[in-house]
Amino acid sequence: MFLINCPYCGERDQSEFVSGGEAHIVRPKQPTELNDDQWAEYLFMRKNIKGIQFERWNHAHGCRKWFNVARDTSNDKIEKIYKIGEQPPKL
Amino acid sequence: MSKNLRINNKQFVDETRKLSFVFNGKKLYGYKGDTLASALLSNDIHLVGRSFKYHRPRGIMTSGSEEPNAILQIGNDDALTEPNARATEIELYDGLICNSQNCWPSVKFDIGGINNFLSPLLPAGFYYKTFMWPASFWEKYEYFIRKSAGLGKSPTKQDPDMYDHRYMHCDILIVGGGVSGLIAAKIASDDNKKVLLLEDKELLGGSLIYDDNDISKIDNQKSSEWLKKLIDNIKNDKNIIIKTRTSLAAYHNYNFLLARQNLTDHLSVNVRNNKIRQRLYKIRAKKVIISTGAIERPQVFHNNDRPGIMLASAVKKYIDYFGVRCGLENVIFTNNDSAYETALSLHKSGTKLNAIIDIRDNSSSEIVNKVKSLGIQIYWNHTIVNTKGYKRINKVSVMKLNDKGNDVIGKKIELNCDCLAISGGWTPMVHLFTQSGGKLKFDNKDNIFVPDKTNLNQLSIGSAKGDFELDDVLKNSIKDTKKFLQIENSNFDKIDVKCSKEKEKKNIWLLPSDKPLSKTKPFLDYQNDSTAKDIKLALREGFKSIEHVKRYTTTGMGTDQGKLANMHALGIVADTTNTNMGDLGTTTFRPPYTPLTFGTIVGRNVGQFFDIFRKTPMHDWHVNNNAKFENVGQWKRAWYYPKDDETMHDAVQRESKAARESSGILDASTLGKIDIQGTDANEFLNRVYTNAWSKLQIGKCRYGLMLNEDGMVYDDGVTTKLGENHYLMTTTTGGAANVMSKLEDYLQTEWPELDVFLTSVTDHYSTASVCGPNAKKIITKIFKDLDLSDESFPHMSFKEVKLGEINCRVMRISFTGELSYEINVEASYGKYIWEKCIEAGKEFDITPYGTETMHLLRAEKGFIIVGQDTDGTMTPVDLQMDWIISKKKYDFIGKRSLYRSDTIREDRKQLVGLLTDDPNEILEEGAQIVKDENKKPMDMLGHVTSSYFSPTLKKSIALAVLKEGKQLKGQKLLVPMIDKTIKVTVSDTVFLDKENERING
Ligand SMILES: [Zn+2]
Repeated sequence: MFLINCPYCGERDQSEFVSGGEAHIVRPKQPTELNDDQWAEYLFMRKNIKGIQFERWNHAHGCRKWFNVARDTSNDKIEKIYKIGEQPPKL
Repeated sequence: MSKNLRINNKQFVDETRKLSFVFNGKKLYGYKGDTLASALLSNDIHLVGRSFKYHRPRGIMTSGSEEPNAILQIGNDDALTEPNARATEIELYDGLICNSQNCWPSVKFDIGGINNFLSPLLPAGFYYKTFMWPASFWEKYEYFIRKSAGLGKSPTKQDPDMYDHRYMHCDILIVGGGVSGLIAAKIASDDNKKVLLLEDKELLGGSLIYDDNDISKIDNQKSSEWLKKLIDNIKNDKNIIIKTRTSLAAYHNYNFLLARQNLTDHLSVNVRNNKIRQRLYKIRAKKVIISTGAIERPQVFHNNDRPGIMLASAVKKYIDYFGVRCGLENVIFTNNDSAYETALSLHKSGTKLNAIIDIRDNSSSEIVNKVKSLGIQIYWNHTIVNTKGYKRINKVSVMKLNDKGNDVIGKKIELNCDCLAISGGWTPMVHLFTQSGGKLKFDNKDNIFVPDKTNLNQLSIGSAKGDFELDDVLKNSIKDTKKFLQIENSNFDKIDVKCSKEKEKKNIWLLPSDKPLSKTKPFLDYQNDSTAKDIKLALREGFKSIEHVKRYTTTGMGTDQGKLANMHALGIVADTTNTNMGDLGTTTFRPPYTPLTFGTIVGRNVGQFFDIFRKTPMHDWHVNNNAKFENVGQWKRAWYYPKDDETMHDAVQRESKAARESSGILDASTLGKIDIQGTDANEFLNRVYTNAWSKLQIGKCRYGLMLNEDGMVYDDGVTTKLGENHYLMTTTTGGAANVMSKLEDYLQTEWPELDVFLTSVTDHYSTASVCGPNAKKIITKIFKDLDLSDESFPHMSFKEVKLGEINCRVMRISFTGELSYEINVEASYGKYIWEKCIEAGKEFDITPYGTETMHLLRAEKGFIIVGQDTDGTMTPVDLQMDWIISKKKYDFIGKRSLYRSDTIREDRKQLVGLLTDDPNEILEEGAQIVKDENKKPMDMLGHVTSSYFSPTLKKSIALAVLKEGKQLKGQKLLVPMIDKTIKVTVSDTVFLDKENERING
């Protein structure tokens, strides 16, 4: 059970949050211009790395805001929390 | 009591309070302060159970949670009986009833004991190898295995006890109230930290509290006296919360821990009423200090499992703490100095100690010299090669070790004993440390794994960290705690500790016997009956990883999680394979550290509190009108309203006939409702629905279909334009929360430029839906000034109207195909409006109908239910709903996926109608559809998704998904059932009123 420091509410128990998978995957602005492979890349392909992973989290049972989390998947340590629209930190 | 086993010791056991208890039907006595184990031992009872596989007699071996043998069934009540209780952890109470559980028919005569003589036939993996084949015999094997194995009986009635959960927060959590934990608590408290101290026993102090030798001294006082003063001090410390009888169950990441407190298990059954039995603490600690101590290991030698063979530290505790002698003729067998403390305790209590056998060449420490000076016979460099005595040990055979320690030499010496105290060194309790993700390192000097790296704000101290001698324990605990808490000075800095120091060490994981290994039984895991031979066999058969060896031999897989066995198993693997133990790694310790009851885990969330449920404002009306309910998400929805002795089928037929012929009323309050506002609301709807929304006028409603980005149908519902930048979206009942989340996700992360605000208003409004040919007449009676003409109020439109002070939103929309009106009001008026409708509809015999009838009515019209006719693999094209996909819109969620190579396949499963050849035959939902029944295995073409008997059409109708279904209209297919095959014909999905005439009444 992590503690997650919501950038809008502060530190809360993990049970208040849901994970939204990998961050920084931007929905293509012109999907119709993409061939099947390019669309599949956006739609299906996600990283699953051991180490620091950038993820989206939502404070579902709180302020309902989405934000980004840099989490080390090997020990669940949260290295950095930053807002949607901000660039991933260099870690 | 024929033997005098109680000695004069009134410190921890209250001899003025005699308690009676029953063991295997026999009434016995003990005292307040006893554990069940100490009480049994004081009655000279060692034999308490039979081993799991060989059914060998087994006795109490330890004094704590590592106990592998003394596992009893407590209580004989069908609701309260508890299996697998360790006698060493049960505090004795008056009237306690317990039974041996691993024996049949009785502990003294056990039919499974024959396995002991058959044991050459029962090697490791025997169950895997034998009972796997032939598979059809398994049921026969299982009967005998279960009957003779038996790990206790579960209660058969509901647990009447109350359990509780509580959250706790602290600066410093200290797990373990022994001397190191107490010192850490005091240092932290002196630094003004909020401390939570957990101790699983009744009293604080650990093993030092009953330490009574004259060698250990702290600040020139007897160590136990010094400790008692510290405990008094801590008990009066306002910064320290102490929870005793509280054991840590699990240590999770981020210093989140679960601990279980026993509140009534030590009380007589008749005073437990209305008290909470156990409490589960959910603890968030800023820092955690683990001071859980160490457990003694046994030694592994031939026949090391007889009743009367016990850990040396347990023998000492039973004398010094409980005042109970475990035997009158004792022998000690050790490889280290700590067992000499037991020798001193035996001597001091006047208990006969026949000899000490030590595998070391010598030891010259202060404590050993003291034992030597008492004239006790010590056999140096000797080992035990065998023991005798079936139900109680009576003899040990001793021989000299050779130089390498791998064989025995010389002549055999026989010694009498009724208790053998064994010690193979100490193992730090690192379970919690590893549970929390910590990595261990191997210490070659003491042959132990000790805590190494952790990512958490955490510290291990005392024996849990690998310090075993008093001065190390104290001084390192003080030093490490100060560093951990960043404290310069403490009140313990000048502490003066005196103790005996061990100089000679020797360890042999598997001791030799004069017999070949194949003829011996050196047990490792007493609970699972695995021996050193089994480990060697597993290695010979090619198992290399310690995790595989563990599973194959079942070593360490009992309820004690191998607390005693693991180190020897590793040691023997390392020796046999010539590997360094540190390179083998340890097996994983998983929570809970000690078993938890289900009651503790669920706490108060039982019965009606197991899951919350949501009720509509009209719920009471439904209850009063005999509704049966179904669960939809967390909602309780009226399912059908049986009259008299109607079956569900009868009721649904009556309700749906009424809705089609006169009028029906449905509680639709559970539908998800999202209020959408903002200047970009219309653009937002265009992006989330497949169809076009630009031209929708104020006061109009439109049906929308929502896809996932993969093109699959996600949700559907009607959205109404309330104002220029204001919409009310409805979703399916079950999908409401997910749709809301999904829309928020897109708004916040993909389209933050849109000016749109979403508010869930599902609970704020209630909905009564009145339908049928007489619906208009009923609504007219309620809203007298409302113009209901088709010109003023056509299908798919909306009016806002007042009924007195109540604002009503009336929508003319239909899910049944009938003319129908949905009246939305603020939830608090929901029941009032509902009753108004019933009242107004009386003359038309308005009939309340439930979800089942609603499903039937919409199926007649071929309307889908997302989640019933779809399963996340259906596109709108698969559903034959091509009409709802806008060709003009450049983009919407899921659009690009509608022409992926997979979604444009012609042979996808598609939604069709099915008619049975026999109109009275109702298909089963989920039934498979095939073409050729004779081909085995049959090719399954699809399955039935919805099926009903239509009273209006007087025939059975069904919806189904079918491979290439669109091409198969008119085709005859088969639905094979267990007892018959049903013939069906593929049809259109719309069964009734294809021209949509009924929505105009
Ligand atoms: Zn928040």
